[in-house]
Amino acid sequence: MIDSRYEMVIGLEVHVQMQTRSKIFCGCSTQFGQGANTQICPVCSGFPGVLPVLNQEAVQMAIKTGIAIHGQVRPVSEFSRKNYFYPDLPAGYQITQFELPIVEHGHLDLHTESRGAKRIGITRIHMEVDAGKSLHEGIVGGSWVDLNRTGTPLMEIVSEPDMRSSAEAGEYLKKLRAIVRYLGVSDGNMEQGSFRCDANVSVRLKGAEKFGTRCELKNMNSIRNVMRAIEYEAERHIDVIESGGHIVQQTRLWDANANLSRPMRGKEEAHDYRYFPEPDLPPLHLTEERIETIASSMPELPETKKERFIEEYALSDYDAEVLTNSLELADYFEAVARTVAEKGQADPKAAANWVTVELLGVLNKEGLEITQSPVPAAHLGKLIYLIQNNTISGKIAKQVFATLFETGKDPEIIVSEKGLKQVTDSSAIEEEVEKVLAANAKEVELYRGGKTKLIGFFVGQVMKATRGKANPGLVNSILRQKLG
Amino acid sequence: MELSSLTLTQAAQLLQKREISALELTQNHLERIARLESQINAYVTVDTQGALAAAKAADERLQRGDATPLTGIPIAHKDLFITQDLATTCSSRMLAEFKPPYDATVTRRIKEAGGVILGKTNMDEFAMGSSTESSYFGPTHNPWDLERIPGGSSGGSAAAVAADFCVAATGTDTGGSIRQPAALTGITGLKPTYGRVSRFGMVAFASSLDQAGPMTKSAADAALLLQAIAGHDPLDATSIDTPVPDYASLIEGDIRGKRLGIPAEYFGDGLEPDVRKAVEEAIEVFRGLGVETIPIELPHTQHAIPTYYIIAPAEASSNLARYDGVRYGHRCDDPKDLRDLYFRTRAEGFGEEVKRRIMLGTYVLSSGYYDAYYRKAQRVRRLIAGDFTAAFKKVDWILTPTTPGTAFKLGEKTQDPVQMYLSDIFTINVNLAGLPGLSIPCGLDRQGLPIGVQLIGQVLDEGGLLTAAHAFQKATDFHLKRPTPLSAP
Repeated sequence: MIDSRYEMVIGLEVHVQMQTRSKIFCGCSTQFGQGANTQICPVCSGFPGVLPVLNQEAVQMAIKTGIAIHGQVRPVSEFSRKNYFYPDLPAGYQITQFELPIVEHGHLDLHTESRGAKRIGITRIHMEVDAGKSLHEGIVGGSWVDLNRTGTPLMEIVSEPDMRSSAEAGEYLKKLRAIVRYLGVSDGNMEQGSFRCDANVSVRLKGAEKFGTRCELKNMNSIRNVMRAIEYEAERHIDVIESGGHIVQQTRLWDANANLSRPMRGKEEAHDYRYFPEPDLPPLHLTEERIETIASSMPELPETKKERFIEEYALSDYDAEVLTNSLELADYFEAVARTVAEKGQADPKAAANWVTVELLGVLNKEGLEITQSPVPAAHLGKLIYLIQNNTISGKIAKQVFATLFETGKDPEIIVSEKGLKQVTDSSAIEEEVEKVLAANAKEVELYRGGKTKLIGFFVGQVMKATRGKANPGLVNSILRQKLG
Repeated sequence: MELSSLTLTQAAQLLQKREISALELTQNHLERIARLESQINAYVTVDTQGALAAAKAADERLQRGDATPLTGIPIAHKDLFITQDLATTCSSRMLAEFKPPYDATVTRRIKEAGGVILGKTNMDEFAMGSSTESSYFGPTHNPWDLERIPGGSSGGSAAAVAADFCVAATGTDTGGSIRQPAALTGITGLKPTYGRVSRFGMVAFASSLDQAGPMTKSAADAALLLQAIAGHDPLDATSIDTPVPDYASLIEGDIRGKRLGIPAEYFGDGLEPDVRKAVEEAIEVFRGLGVETIPIELPHTQHAIPTYYIIAPAEASSNLARYDGVRYGHRCDDPKDLRDLYFRTRAEGFGEEVKRRIMLGTYVLSSGYYDAYYRKAQRVRRLIAGDFTAAFKKVDWILTPTTPGTAFKLGEKTQDPVQMYLSDIFTINVNLAGLPGLSIPCGLDRQGLPIGVQLIGQVLDEGGLLTAAHAFQKATDFHLKRPTPLSAP
């Protein structure tokens, strides 16, 4: 926890790798994990005489994202060159949008537990080209360069310094990631670097208007790491200030293993990038018509979907939030709910519970994504239906679910194979009740003497005897009748 | 008549009629090059084997009857056009060993049309210069006077055409590099509208100004070569997507009643008297052809040179960053670290003029100077373009001298870059405005050196310029004059 007299000021720059089929300025494939320098051509490797041609699929994706974050798509944007020398930057400059980015003035609404809704401004989204990769480890007498990634389209999404806690930063990233995934713009994978975040962090005394000196944090490969890095950095700033020092503006690398940040380069080494408009690419003109066509073809986004879930399925705000965090999860839930409704009585609440509590519980434990779930949505739906029509009890259902998760088998088959069908035959239950009452004469006496709470004990005994298969309702009524 | 002195138009006719073969035409040129090239140094690379193979293929194609006007025509490419598997050096040590794995759109289109590539011509290093003296491979000599420069940067192409070392050549023009050498060697040179010919595979000097075009023995020849290389290219986002007219039939059109603008700014004190006289006589020829001449003003002309020498080096400094020794081209020996690799590779690989312009460009783009130089230059550039737009409301074409003087002596201006830069004073505006411009021979000075006259047109009016030039060449014989030192046995 940071010193309560201070507050953090956080702005995030997110680099999103767009999932276009080909690179942003040439036809090379963007597939991840291929052999070094197998996906390059004279254009992306910066050979003499070659020229960039803008990939319209990337433009499409940037526009979609812009609309999704309520931004304004500029009718005219332009590309610039950012000049610097680096072995993995083949042309000696990066093509990026500088003065006129494709999207400006967007925002994203967070739902903070303490203060309710909070709006985070998004300054701009600009398109740019990714550089290559230098390999140093284990190479003696030089370095190697892999240009496969060179030319991959990136979107840089730059927020206003509107976040005040690491939790807000975490939520902002989750929301943004959900959006790009919903749109099919990016896989949002932080570990593989297709969703990279740099955080600008400063602190100031609460109530102060002026921002403190900020540091830029890089190299964080999970949302958890971003949050830890921000907290570490804010505490570091406060420590420095409290001990009478001052913060030096710098770029720092987050070391997740050591749980600390360290300086990468100071301001004195700052580059002069000598930006100027890219003469090889004409300005990008976007007609209103094109933007509208894209807007009208947009899929339902997390915010809208959440509202619909609350409305259509009468889910709690919390459940709707969890379920719409990812498109796959939302789709899964809807498939479960649909199966239940088709087979029996619609019960979205039960579907939501089974998905968020039972399924996500095990998936998290196993470290699996919803897309890797061994349980098909239709099977989970059927399981809920089996409870509805009294084939199994809720308790047995959990047992069936465990097998379902292990084998992926149809729950009906699991129930019949394991003989878990609920006993609804009252004579069979009566028999068991008689046995239980006979075996617990002392408790029967106490019950009849007024200790009616013991009913739970008797139910438990009967259920135990039937290995949970007896219909609890029937057990209850027969017991009451016998105990009279 | 020697086959090597044929124009493209003549050669194409003889080839189509099968009166000559592509192979004998090519061999004739190769022999002439072998005999006389040491005096001129027009070529960096002569591709004898490739040319002979292409000539044989062209003969088969002519036999089959699916030939184009370029089939079997021996052509030379300025050495900044990328040619697959054929050295492309840009006359720089940096690329002296570079054999590209791809083709420029211009070279590909000429190959596809059946053209025979004789080789790659000498040039100022990375097209920076006006005399072909900044070439890593030594200067090219003007066939009209071996003591003199052929102009630049397409000096090798100009000299190759003038010396009958090829039927036609390609050149590029960033500030006058087709028109100025064309004028100084007595040939026809056309810089088309920016974007009319694809820049893909042209080693970039200043991207917003570079333009490829034909360098030929006549306007009719230029029409045929332009036909083959012009047109939209999906590989170049700045190329113009408008159909290419049939220039060869267009140029036979009538120019009677057309209006020719004469800008006072181009006839000032710096103009050599012989050049002035020849250009004024050219104006009279046009009047005789029924063209009306109208005095016009291009008031921002004086700002062209400083504007150009901000924009062109700025873009060049960025375009030349890729020559870092990491992937191709020259690399210094035993670099001790990355900085050393960059510093020594570039220090060794680039010549003086290239370094001068990289430094200039880096300076004008650096933070704190960008607004004062680059941004301001872009504004002036728009004013210059505006001058032309206003003038073209009154006239069809503009006529000016191509150069202030005739070919100067080798070494005369190498110590004074600014004097060198002034060679392009009449051509640079046209690049800044993105317009088409053409230079045709219009006489010889007292020393027998060629003089050129420039015609400037509106965007995409290459056809109009070629029509005017063709009419002029039908009425005169300046374009038929050949340099004497080489015509002697």
